[in-house]
Amino acid sequence: MAGFFNKGFGRKRESAPSGRIPPGQYETRDFPVLTAGPTPRIPLTTWTFALEGLVETPTQFSWDQFNALPLQAFTNDIHCVTKWSKLDTHWEGVSIDTLLEHANVKPEAQYVMAYSYGDYTTNIPLADLRNGKAFVGLRFEGQPLAPEHGGPARLVVPHLYFWKSAKWIKGLRFMESDKPGFWERGGYSMYGDPWKEQRYRSDD
Amino acid sequence: MEKIQWQIAQVTSIVQETPRVKTLTLHLPQWIPHLPGQHYDLRLTAEDGYQAERSYSIASPPERTGEIALTIEVIEDGEVSSYLFDGIAVGDPLEVRGPIGGYFVWKDTMANTPLLLVGGGSGIVPLMAMLRHRANIGATNPTTLLFSVRTSEDAIYRQELELLARKDIHFKLVFTFTRQAPTDWTGYTRRVDHTMLTDVVGRFETSPNCYVCGPTALVENVANTLADMGLSPANIRTERFGPTGA
Repeated sequence: MAGFFNKGFGRKRESAPSGRIPPGQYETRDFPVLTAGPTPRIPLTTWTFALEGLVETPTQFSWDQFNALPLQAFTNDIHCVTKWSKLDTHWEGVSIDTLLEHANVKPEAQYVMAYSYGDYTTNIPLADLRNGKAFVGLRFEGQPLAPEHGGPARLVVPHLYFWKSAKWIKGLRFMESDKPGFWERGGYSMYGDPWKEQRYRSDD
Repeated sequence: MEKIQWQIAQVTSIVQETPRVKTLTLHLPQWIPHLPGQHYDLRLTAEDGYQAERSYSIASPPERTGEIALTIEVIEDGEVSSYLFDGIAVGDPLEVRGPIGGYFVWKDTMANTPLLLVGGGSGIVPLMAMLRHRANIGATNPTTLLFSVRTSEDAIYRQELELLARKDIHFKLVFTFTRQAPTDWTGYTRRVDHTMLTDVVGRFETSPNCYVCGPTALVENVANTLADMGLSPANIRTERFGPTGA
């Protein structure tokens, strides 16, 4: 709406470093909690993580097996579709590249459905999980990841809106074609690029 | 899919609900019927082009065609809420798009199932849209609102809720005052807890659909307690107003 403005409205917040806050977002120092329902309780003794679907070697890890994988440190900015962004978050976790070495993904796999304890799902193109772009986070700011933030383990795909970073992750299902997950079926974007402000399906 | 378009609405009324809360009614040139529980995105633009966006729940039922009511709590240093609270007058334009959201919604197909609403502070807003719509369609499902507020002064829509509770024998209104109760109050005076939820849920003959909205701590606690009590997580829908809802 060219030319439209709200009389008397102006910036009140200090501006974040340029180029780090996507359009329509604002910076927060908190870590807000957003979930559709209750927080699942997941005992580590029964926790599993699976790689399945279009893979040569379907793989399932126990908590101990998963923690024996090489851990890496990641520092990222995260952007929630509810408009907050949080800069310089520090994580430790297992790179998806490391996991893919175990499963031998078939060449026809192009998309991934991440699925969680509590039946949450979200869809992501496989290319967006590769080459250091995504990881399974186990620790946040030096501490084990808290249950309300997705602990014991959550997918982290920082370059997409944060609902793609599935809390309480249980596995990745590799698929040939794209299918909508939980919020995507409810009208949210299939891809969710914060820099293009792809919040809703009609923004795709 | 058709794009959810930004449109310029006009403020047609402003009601002061509590010292920190106002309801703005907006006339929309392109009004679309909404489901109770949905929200609109609102975007403010400064003369220099700076923009800020926030989401606000719809307070009005879809029977009020052509307009929506947004109930807004002013947040300290809130860039958007403080402008909406102090800088807006009747007749002013506001840019919005919606309705948005498909999960934290109450649908007419749920009108025969008991309903439990738990709200904290301004978390009442989407729940109010559900109650208003439920009354409009004449639903008779057993319904309880457990409403946690600091003081009676902070209880948004209090008169309307009390009137609704008097008129509708199927609707039960339960307040808890966490900071200061009215002088003659004999009800709850503490944060929502397991005992309180057991009392409230125990009055239903069959499992209710649950909607919980408010500050993060309340929502976390209530949703997890309801799940611990054996209610299906699939029937517990939550919406959280964190400290960053400014």
